[in-house]
Amino acid sequence: MFRGLSTACSCRFLGVGSFGCWPYLVGAFGKVLKLIATRALLGLATLFAVSVLIFVCTQILPGDVATAVLGQSATKETLAAFRKELGLDVPAYIRFFTWLWRALHGDLGVALTNQRVIIDEIRPRFANTMFLAGYAALIAVPLAVGLGVVAAIREGRPIDRISNILTLMTISVPEFFVGYVLIAIFTVEFGLFPSLATVDADTSFLGRIYVTTLPAVTLTLLVTAHMLRMTRTSVLSVMSSQYIEMAFLKGLTRGRVVAHHALPNAAAPIITVVALNLAYLVVGVVVVEAVFTYPGIGQLMVDAVSKRDVPVIQACGLIFAAVFVGLNTLADILAILVNPRLRHRR
Amino acid sequence: MTLFGYKPPFTAWVGIVIVTVNLLVAVFGPWLTPYGESQSVAGTWDPPSAALWLGADQIGRDMLTRLIYGARMTIGVAMVTTVLSFVMGITTGFVAAVLGGWVDQLLSRLVDVILSIPLLIFALIILGVFGSAIPVLVLTIAFLDSTRVFRLARALAMNLSVLEYVEAARLRGEGIWWIMRREILPNASAPLFSEFGLRFCFNFLFVAALSFLGLGIQPPFADWGGMVRDNAAAISFGMLAPIWPALAISVMTVGVNLVVDWLLSIEARPSGAQAEL
Repeated sequence: MFRGLSTACSCRFLGVGSFGCWPYLVGAFGKVLKLIATRALLGLATLFAVSVLIFVCTQILPGDVATAVLGQSATKETLAAFRKELGLDVPAYIRFFTWLWRALHGDLGVALTNQRVIIDEIRPRFANTMFLAGYAALIAVPLAVGLGVVAAIREGRPIDRISNILTLMTISVPEFFVGYVLIAIFTVEFGLFPSLATVDADTSFLGRIYVTTLPAVTLTLLVTAHMLRMTRTSVLSVMSSQYIEMAFLKGLTRGRVVAHHALPNAAAPIITVVALNLAYLVVGVVVVEAVFTYPGIGQLMVDAVSKRDVPVIQACGLIFAAVFVGLNTLADILAILVNPRLRHRR
Repeated sequence: MTLFGYKPPFTAWVGIVIVTVNLLVAVFGPWLTPYGESQSVAGTWDPPSAALWLGADQIGRDMLTRLIYGARMTIGVAMVTTVLSFVMGITTGFVAAVLGGWVDQLLSRLVDVILSIPLLIFALIILGVFGSAIPVLVLTIAFLDSTRVFRLARALAMNLSVLEYVEAARLRGEGIWWIMRREILPNASAPLFSEFGLRFCFNFLFVAALSFLGLGIQPPFADWGGMVRDNAAAISFGMLAPIWPALAISVMTVGVNLVVDWLLSIEARPSGAQAEL
């Protein structure tokens, strides 16, 4: 009895065979699980390749970190000692795996410029960045998907045209322009929000929300445009299919056809584009943080780049890459789950 | 009014005017303004007046003069970058498509990995290692941007390289360079041309964003992104100084986009290139 049970379970998770109690269900579920596992593995492989690339980029410096820090005038002995201290005397591939292994264990090394432990520097800033990105996402996603569906229902009407022009404009202007225009309006004209988003560990939750409103709105404007257009496009592309025409011929209203017939089929591309834009949000944050001098991980990375502090750059780059690849992988997995057709393509 | 046998719609005319004015300003900049690029003529953030149409910047230089000189630098760097990126992207893309096999696999997988994380993060890493001299900046952005050109060029060449006339050229014993230059390039040039506008916009915004972060074009050169950064503090005092260069960037990008939209509509190709981030 136990044996039979365990076989059913294992085949469900491994996706092999379909001799369980519910042959079809187990088979289908196993297939989905296999697809998801493949996609997750692919994500991990991508991340590994990216980490190799990041490491290689920081190693092709003419000379090395030791000469960069100590300068040209350092003697050979000092250089050799410093290289040993930094662990630069071992081969590059060993250094890479040591670096990656430590990074996986939360040890990102020590900053060159101020000798601080990088992970302690990053942790609060990462939380700040995620707070800002999450805040923006909470406004942007419902707004964009809602407006996109409305624009698709009212295709060609004033609301569709207005949203079309507005989104085209916000897509083509730089992040900092949106930021400064918002500051000019809300801080300079009306004095409603502060122009600098300074927060520290003691700032209360409500205080944080108040201070980060302008940066969050800036980010929202940037990502909403793209999400809105893609939502509109994917709803409209479903609208041109035959079963939608059939629904119209049955005499259903446009709103009902969109909500019941078109939306479920347009969901997969919408989810993908939402996740992609969330990934973009995390990057757009770099510039927006600079506009509002918000203490996030983007600011940390920019500072590190201007000081050419390689370990910090590596660490921040790795974190950004992980978030980006993670969200992309998540987008694909959600698309597989939402759209049954993707399961049978291969 | 017609242009090259086509009749541009109103929006396209707006774009054409914007782009032309910007290019003329970039070329003839020094003759248009009475002040020098780094000549201090007034107090910090003096308000606009008859002599200084847009006021003064953070060390009393004429804002409009800086904008005019900035056009030269910002548009020039973005233009050189885009040309370089196209040369690299088209060459590698065509080589990958024509040769196929492991060359194609190697190049394509490398591009996949580079594109799997945001280009801004990659640019930051490279600039952090090599510093922000202008040649490094141009090469970095051109290299990163060429990955996108590579994908388009490879896809176009893939479709072309299976056609009979390419096959015929191969059988005649023509070399790979000849095939790429004489058979594939002329037939792929139309989509590549409108892509040039989009890539220019992207690079233009990219240079501006990096300069704004203080990692792009360095002072004393005037450039629009850097000017936004330098004048950023003015906004806390209720002055609009950083808005002007940011507005110049936005107007230029919108202008190029309008022209590209028109070109794409001539070509009657779905503007898939617009969808990428």
